[in-house]
Amino acid sequence: MTRRAPAAGRAPVKGGAPVPGRAPGTGRAGRIAGRVLTRALPLGPAVALLLLFLAGPIAYCAYIAFTDLQLTGQAHASFVGFDNFRTAFGDDAFLNAVWLTLVFTVLSSLVGQNTLGLALASLMRRASKPVRTLTGGIVITAWVLPEVVAGFLLYAFFRREGTLNAILDGLHLPTQNWLFTLPILAVSFANVWRGTAFSMLVYSAALDEIPQEITEAAEVDGAGGWRRMWHITLPMIRRSIGTNLMLNTLQTLSVFGLIWVMTRGGPGDRSQTLPLFMYEQAFQKSMIGYGTAVALLLLLVGSLFSLVYLRLLRTEV
Amino acid sequence: MRPTAALVTVLAAALAATSLTACGSGSGSDPDTLKVSFKQSTDNSIKVMDTYLADIKKQFEKKYPGKKVDLVPIKAPDSEYYTKLQQMLRSPKTAPDLVYEDTFLINSDITSGYLKPLDAYLAKWPDWNQFIDTAKAAAKGQDGKTYGVPDGTDTRGLWFDRRVFRRAGLPADWQPKTWDDVLAAARTIKRKVPGVVPLNVYTGKPAGEAATMQGFEMLLYGTEDTDGGTTDPLYDSASKKWIAGSQGFKDALAFVETVYKEKLGPDVSDALDPNFGTTVRGELLPQGKLGIDLDGSWLPQDWLPGSGHAWADWSKQLGLAHMPTQHGQAPGKVSMSGGWTWAVPAKAANPGLAFDFIKTMQTKANAQKWYVANSGIAVRKDVAADPSYASAQPGIKFFTDLVASTHYRPAYPAYPKVSTAIQEAMEGVTTGDASVDKAARGYDEALRQATDNHVVHK
Repeated sequence: MTRRAPAAGRAPVKGGAPVPGRAPGTGRAGRIAGRVLTRALPLGPAVALLLLFLAGPIAYCAYIAFTDLQLTGQAHASFVGFDNFRTAFGDDAFLNAVWLTLVFTVLSSLVGQNTLGLALASLMRRASKPVRTLTGGIVITAWVLPEVVAGFLLYAFFRREGTLNAILDGLHLPTQNWLFTLPILAVSFANVWRGTAFSMLVYSAALDEIPQEITEAAEVDGAGGWRRMWHITLPMIRRSIGTNLMLNTLQTLSVFGLIWVMTRGGPGDRSQTLPLFMYEQAFQKSMIGYGTAVALLLLLVGSLFSLVYLRLLRTEV
Repeated sequence: MRPTAALVTVLAAALAATSLTACGSGSGSDPDTLKVSFKQSTDNSIKVMDTYLADIKKQFEKKYPGKKVDLVPIKAPDSEYYTKLQQMLRSPKTAPDLVYEDTFLINSDITSGYLKPLDAYLAKWPDWNQFIDTAKAAAKGQDGKTYGVPDGTDTRGLWFDRRVFRRAGLPADWQPKTWDDVLAAARTIKRKVPGVVPLNVYTGKPAGEAATMQGFEMLLYGTEDTDGGTTDPLYDSASKKWIAGSQGFKDALAFVETVYKEKLGPDVSDALDPNFGTTVRGELLPQGKLGIDLDGSWLPQDWLPGSGHAWADWSKQLGLAHMPTQHGQAPGKVSMSGGWTWAVPAKAANPGLAFDFIKTMQTKANAQKWYVANSGIAVRKDVAADPSYASAQPGIKFFTDLVASTHYRPAYPAYPKVSTAIQEAMEGVTTGDASVDKAARGYDEALRQATDNHVVHK
């Protein structure tokens, strides 16, 4: 990362072209190695801990994904190669879960949290201070609530005798059992409700960074609100958009507690996203090996998304 | 430089060593402490098992001075209880000394090597001869060894609410002869008694084994597939294969579909709530909000004094009827039996002490106390013959008589997965996501996967 400045010529690190006839100085190389080691020493414990508690479980998880390990009903687990992955791609329930995960991510993260967060942040710049404080406070409360509490609140909101139906009833509009008829929409809405605050905070900070004079210049040139947004604001906060999208998406991909509390992936499998599918396979059907393979695939989906966003981030610099 | 390199290596090795040994070393468990884990009801006011075990603990600690019993409750709905238990059994650090195992799962856990054979202990325990043969076989592994001591069995039938029946104009001594009779009564209740759930049949994955056994199998074992109650409609013992594509399977699914499609059952979202069983016992039945309930013999344990939903005169308000066969064909009635056992984990630290605890629980007096407290069916001959047992609770006679015509699940190692496949098929027709044919096809497919293709078509 840090480019070695040529000015640092005193240390002949790269200039040490070996003089013919003289053996490459083992003494010097040893000294360098020694220095590297001394510098690495303080990192040692941290690296050891990371290897042990982070890389270790991940490696173990990757290993299990290639076995047929079961929680019950099996004397010995054996290595099965890519069988779990083949099963997954031939499994309608898995494909259904992938599809629902994409719907859930696009609806709640890309469209919901991201857009709504930006809208709130822009609107709040114009709002009066009390309105701003109040709105900000409410939105952030939703974010601060523990996932399970938020899930329960929204379950109470959407259920048959819940708040939403009470309101609709009061307005003489038809009610329905939302968690049953439109479960994926209900959990997506829940995720928007819970996660918008994060996007709002990111965008508020980003919008504050836009120099006032640029906006004013555009205004003088006669650019209306939408044009200013499209030509000035969005290009200037592209970096934040990228970062925000990445964090949002990755978080949304792994949402489990919220959906588990609200619908348990049901009814049937109509809100069963990948994390819920994975849990069901591993812990309810006792197929730890298969569940772990699905977890690895989820990791893959997540890294695909991050790659796309990382590319977006790089091209705009 | 060498010293530093060495230092790093040593440090890493030391770290690895300490943490690895922490995982690997035995439970460090005290030889005088017996850890007993059991399933605690998700209904906070139900303390039947807690109370009973507290009593046994007192007796045990008095009889074996210096020993201490540590009760480890696992509070979870059925389907999650098993998962938690299996995870505990995998490591000597978490394995208790004595566990409460459902018989449908025990063969699967035996195959996994989680449990310890008890034959050596049973041979020296004279009371074992008091157990009826089916009970002795309940926890027998495919290796012929016995892995658990059953604490009772159960049977199943129809509970109906006489208050609801009166309002619907149905007889107080109702006894349906066919499935259609059951549906007809439910339709009458739906028409005449609004605000009451006409008929409950447990369904779907959230209900777990309750859906399979109380719901589906009570239907399936009454179809023509059983050849008059003599063969198993799920498992063909001649070819040692699981049965796919049977007409009886579809008929049973069609019954479930009818119940939920015609809205004769509970609201689908209620039926798919994992704690619905608790609601049925604790609220719907006592409050007279359920007409007919296809359920187990153990319900009254929730209505005993001190259970939180004390309901002294339930037997005046609730009637009992046999579950009929599909078209009323012989033998005319259907019941399923299962039950739970006490088993000793293979990784238990104090297996001998654990068996002593079983012996304390299974003295005649304590066993009888338990059968009555949890509305179980006696598996000890001396208790069954005791007139004070038969008269201890209304309903005991009805359900004990069913033992003669009851069926047992094919509880082979693959059974838990087959059961899940059944629950999925039920859930499909319950929500209306799948037709009967599609759900049955899905079951055949899942069955092939669950049993490694040990499937035969009928």
